[in-house]
Amino acid sequence: MHHVHVDSWSQGKSVLHARDPRAKILTLLVFLTVLATTPADAALTLGIDAAVLVAGILIAGLPLLQLLSRAMVVLPFSLTFGLISWMTGDHLRAIGLVEKSYLSAAAVLLIVGTTSLPALLNGFEKLGAPRMLVLVAQFIYRYLFVISEQAQHMRLAASARQGDPRLHGKGRFRAAAGALAVLFARSYYRADGIHRAMLARAFTGRFPLLSSLHFRLADGLFLLTASAFLIVVRTQ
Amino acid sequence: MTPLIEVRGLRFQYEDGTQALDGVDFTLERGETVALFGANGSGKTTFVLHLNGILRGEGNISVCGMELSKQTLPQIRAKIGMVFQDSDEQLFMPTVIEDVAFGPLNLGVSQHDAIHQAEAALEQVGMLLAAGKVPYHLSAGEKKRVALAGVLAMNPEILVLDEPSTFLDPPGHANLVHLLRTLPQSKLIITHDTHFAAALAGRAVFFEKGKLVADGTVEEIVQRFQWSYSDLPADLRYSAQRRF
Repeated sequence: MHHVHVDSWSQGKSVLHARDPRAKILTLLVFLTVLATTPADAALTLGIDAAVLVAGILIAGLPLLQLLSRAMVVLPFSLTFGLISWMTGDHLRAIGLVEKSYLSAAAVLLIVGTTSLPALLNGFEKLGAPRMLVLVAQFIYRYLFVISEQAQHMRLAASARQGDPRLHGKGRFRAAAGALAVLFARSYYRADGIHRAMLARAFTGRFPLLSSLHFRLADGLFLLTASAFLIVVRTQ
Repeated sequence: MTPLIEVRGLRFQYEDGTQALDGVDFTLERGETVALFGANGSGKTTFVLHLNGILRGEGNISVCGMELSKQTLPQIRAKIGMVFQDSDEQLFMPTVIEDVAFGPLNLGVSQHDAIHQAEAALEQVGMLLAAGKVPYHLSAGEKKRVALAGVLAMNPEILVLDEPSTFLDPPGHANLVHLLRTLPQSKLIITHDTHFAAALAGRAVFFEKGKLVADGTVEEIVQRFQWSYSDLPADLRYSAQRRF
């Protein structure tokens, strides 16, 4: 499961893992802004941005190919819009859209893969993100795990009862649609159970952290150096 | 002496109109371990979810001398440690140690003390070496132990266990009995496993259609309601000699 991998990645130890989440979030923000404002034909700038990402992944000790393949999750969406731009004759914009969305997804995965979720959300909250938004993000993450687990169980059960493994087309679509409806109903009850278990352990609406956030000199230097480098590359 | 738990006239109806509890009276004395028997849907789990205010019905509940109310809820949740049937519902933090420390931190314990309490609880259940592991990767028995550590870390006076032996293999089952015997807390155990109950509980109650209809020793209740897998007709019982 994707999020379980990312969870285990975030338990690693590296220079990037050790950085305060706020420093990483702000650097990510700079990276995404620089990327969004880079012209689609600035191949060198986009190439350097991609190289920075790869260097970050390697420094963090995350599995490069796995992370890059997981970043492809955005492609179905960006390819759709890219295709629309392509068909309107704006080829450069189409390519830029796909490139930038892919690099953005990889950058987000790098930050999520080097920061535990409670620490990351705590960082967002300390940076002034609305409390309710952070709480919703916490629950979405948790319930995403629940839903994907249920989906896996149902897929196994469906495979076990599938007489013809080559079943395709309408039959498969109908089965998937039915499974989706059941999945949501089941997930609702499962999520309710998790919420009860959290309340039973005195949950008050805030995920507690075992260690406090400390923004140290090294975090400031990391933020300044990385941001300055990205901005210089963009403005050259 | 004030009972640890005192419930009077508890009624609860689900939104779909199901009368899940219909006037339940119950008392748990200090040091007691009570098994809760009854068919699926008879109201056992609904009943225990009322004890720490997760569900709210009509009637009076007091825990450790405190009347259950919005004001006393945090103290009562600290007194009752609830271990749910499916450990996966209880383990949601990225690592075992963070999960076990979740309860103490919610109770306002400092980070340093929460780590200390979490480690002590993991030691108690023999899972200290798994402190840095990801909970999803543990076996069913290990998850159950970690879930138990998660409530022990809150230093509760009462343990409520909802079908704790479900999903456990025979060695895991035996280990859990040994472990629970070493814990000094009073316990409420929901179970269908009469051998498990007999190994731990001195008293049992029986739920039927939302009512507590019998109270006695485990043996008495099992005999009266023929509430045991070994009470299967002879031709359905396990036999090493039988060929199917």
